[in-house]
Amino acid sequence: MSSKHREISIAEFFEKNKHILGYSNPSKALITCVREAVDNSLDACEEAGILPDIMVKISKTGEGFFRIVVEDNGPGIERDQIPRVFGKLLYGSRFHAIKQSRGQQGIGISSAVLYAQITTGKPTVVTSKVEGGKAYRFELLIDTKKNEPEIVSEREVEWFSPHGTRIELEIRGSYVKERKQSVYEYLKETSVVNPHARITFITPDGEVHDFKRISDTPPEPPKEIKPHPHGIEIGTLMAMLKNTKARDLKNFLKTEFVRVGDKISEEILAKAGLPASMSPSSLSREDAERLINAFRLTDLLPPPVDCLSPIGESLIMKSLMEEYSPEFVYAVTRKPKVYSGHPFLVEAGIAYGGEIKEDKVSLLRFANKIPLLYQQSGCALTQAVVSVNWKNYGLQQSKNELPVAPAVILVHVASTNVPYVSESKEAVAAIPEIIEEVRLALQECGRRLKEYVERKKSIQKRKKKEEELLKIIPLLAEKISEVVEREKVDAEKVIARIMGKVYVSREVRDGRAVVVIHNFSSARRRLRIYEMCDGGINGDRTAKWDVEVGPGEECRIEYEFKGRHINRKPLVEGIEEEMLAGGEVVKLGY
Amino acid sequence: MDIEQKALKALLRIAESIYEQLKNGEIPEIEISTRTKYNIEFNEESEVWVYGDRTSTRSAKTLKGAYMMLRMAYVMGFIKEQLKVNKSSTLRELYYISENWGMAKFNEQADSDRLIEDLEILTAFQREHFHIRPEEDGATVIGPIRIREETRRGVREIHCQEDVGEGGYQIPVNVDRLEFVEHDAKFVIAIETGGMRDRLVENGFDEEFDAIIVHLKGQPARSTRRLLKRLNTELGLPVVVFTDGDPWSYRIYASVAYGSIKSAHLSEYLATPAAKFVGIRPSDIVKYNLPSDKLNEQDVKALNAILTDPRFDSDFWRSEVKLQLDLGKKSEQQALAKYGLDYVTDVYLPERLTEMGILKA
Repeated sequence: MSSKHREISIAEFFEKNKHILGYSNPSKALITCVREAVDNSLDACEEAGILPDIMVKISKTGEGFFRIVVEDNGPGIERDQIPRVFGKLLYGSRFHAIKQSRGQQGIGISSAVLYAQITTGKPTVVTSKVEGGKAYRFELLIDTKKNEPEIVSEREVEWFSPHGTRIELEIRGSYVKERKQSVYEYLKETSVVNPHARITFITPDGEVHDFKRISDTPPEPPKEIKPHPHGIEIGTLMAMLKNTKARDLKNFLKTEFVRVGDKISEEILAKAGLPASMSPSSLSREDAERLINAFRLTDLLPPPVDCLSPIGESLIMKSLMEEYSPEFVYAVTRKPKVYSGHPFLVEAGIAYGGEIKEDKVSLLRFANKIPLLYQQSGCALTQAVVSVNWKNYGLQQSKNELPVAPAVILVHVASTNVPYVSESKEAVAAIPEIIEEVRLALQECGRRLKEYVERKKSIQKRKKKEEELLKIIPLLAEKISEVVEREKVDAEKVIARIMGKVYVSREVRDGRAVVVIHNFSSARRRLRIYEMCDGGINGDRTAKWDVEVGPGEECRIEYEFKGRHINRKPLVEGIEEEMLAGGEVVKLGY
Repeated sequence: MDIEQKALKALLRIAESIYEQLKNGEIPEIEISTRTKYNIEFNEESEVWVYGDRTSTRSAKTLKGAYMMLRMAYVMGFIKEQLKVNKSSTLRELYYISENWGMAKFNEQADSDRLIEDLEILTAFQREHFHIRPEEDGATVIGPIRIREETRRGVREIHCQEDVGEGGYQIPVNVDRLEFVEHDAKFVIAIETGGMRDRLVENGFDEEFDAIIVHLKGQPARSTRRLLKRLNTELGLPVVVFTDGDPWSYRIYASVAYGSIKSAHLSEYLATPAAKFVGIRPSDIVKYNLPSDKLNEQDVKALNAILTDPRFDSDFWRSEVKLQLDLGKKSEQQALAKYGLDYVTDVYLPERLTEMGILKA
């Protein structure tokens, strides 16, 4: 059997294996194209410190065909870079940098261009303008054999924005609504974790959804770091040894890695049994392996964490409030941790009640601020949520399932290297350190939620009890008076006592009156009491007394009067209406 | 003053106390004996179990307490009116009358029954004195005794063997109005199930052994218990109780012999401390190799509860209950039919009753 061995380009490879990058079916392909474009826009804006303003428009061009337009106010791309950014696979600015970013491989947007080209044959239109420059419009295709951009046309255009990029793709796809896996849901979740972004979405039906900007400070852009010795693998190390500019091993370790100084590098080399003066390029595979073992045996500080960019507790809470209108929200950002040399941090948030109606909790998963819409059940973040015993926090939960409650749970993991289970970035792999951090974050959210729900319940219960007691006691007084055939008894004082109010009564006999103030509340009260008689009290028509009554105490005012009282009940100043019984609240202020 | 008037006065004293407390601006409270098995004590003198010193306070401060007092006020008002016109009503009627009481209406009959019991405890009078009749019709009696009953249609004299059919004589609500005229009985046997009572009647047990057969019909009604007590104390007849062999039946025996927890305030009036337990005993399951059922979860729970019930604090009950828990089995009275329909009257009962000294050997 003869075989025809022949080189294939990465573009050809993709053409045959679309599913790997997230183009396995028409509806997913549409979401992936939007996602790649929006992620790029957000990354670009973040690096340039611009508050993103992104417009996404999808329109139908035929049965099963759609036109996607994504326009941003990002920094724009230099004219000579445009063709390769969009028309060459594995071309990007972030592949070699160790820091948190949405894109990693330099495949994303060019794969969307390629997908458009394969399914419609039409070129992708890119317009971009950098600050102070001119706007250029390219029509691009990809030469799949060579993996090189093919410029169909290029011209200078008028564009009113000071800077930005606009991409127009025509693809075969399918637009779905009202599902977890939809463009709308993707943009909504994106907006939750990017509260500094404003996203406008125009659907094929012409509806306009505006996801508001709720924070006016762009997030601190993460800093680039060098690799940490604990995370490095042998192949990478060998490549680094080959390409380094350092003359000897000691300098190689100090300049190419973080957390390695003079002392540590000497320690590592001693453990590896390699001379410090050895030239990096002369190391054999075995030597490299010894070096890696020495890394493992050496205690190192964890990698610096300014390479990470969390969303932040208060912004997560604000975002959840804005998108879901819950009655309770809580979020936590954990301190950064490390797994195999990669720094990572976990954030979690929970929104409960209010306008959230779903029975089953909806779970929002994010990795480096990208919503993960697919493979929920295969994701480590889901595993972590399910593994928490939510019954402890008052939610219903069946074994190995998400809790049942009107709630939204958000989990975000940020890392210089998010361990995705596949290239299409749909789920996080089960790294024990990550799962544990997510659990701890969720447990804190759970505790806060429980506190809230319990406090609310007890307040409701108390209120209901008070309302009912308020009805029963007068009925009891009425009926009991009837049974014993005596004058109807007034229950107001008893009610005041039960409810913890201030009770004021007046008794009158032979031109003398006694006003008694009982303080059944738990606070000290300073009150002013007024009484009015048409015949005068101690010579005046109106009399006033200032009294101070401690909790549980009573105070008596006795006076002589002539004629009749004008006020039916004693008038009381200095207390709220709902705290007083027997008297009448006034605001005379003299 | 007749007893009804005294009862009413006692009732109104409760109402007065609530009224006074309200008038003084105090939150009304009522103190009442705690009605749990932990608050019943053996009274040496009467040999029955009565409530101890523990009381609980019901306060109108709590919703439950306030509702109880409101309902109590309505019930007291109702009883007052009822006594005035010399009528009576049943517990169930009372429950339905409360439908008109707005917020004071009862949610279920158990609530109204309980409130009447509370009033009994608080006043030391019985509900019959308030003209509240029980719901259950009394059980039946058959045996060599002549009874005089004052009925609404005149005085009747009834011989409980000769003047009645197979169904027997039906015990009236108010047993205190009965008079025992004459009898040839040697003992009284109280039986839990209708089937076993019918078996004894069919086999002529009452005639052959000069026994008065009283049907308990499950947990016995007050009138049944009161009748047993009177037969025992006034005629000096020994009383024995024959039930199924499960924890629920032991409680039936306990309420006949020691008094029930729910009506411990009436134990001296209702309980027959001399009453003895015939069976079915757990040891009978072994001794007679009786067909049995497995104990279910509730049975086990109930048996363990019996072990902490002060009324069953005796060597006999402790060893029997522990045996039953070990066996994990229970048997019905009818299980004896395994050896033929007449086995219970020809062998089991004569054997056991002789052993117990009720029948002479």
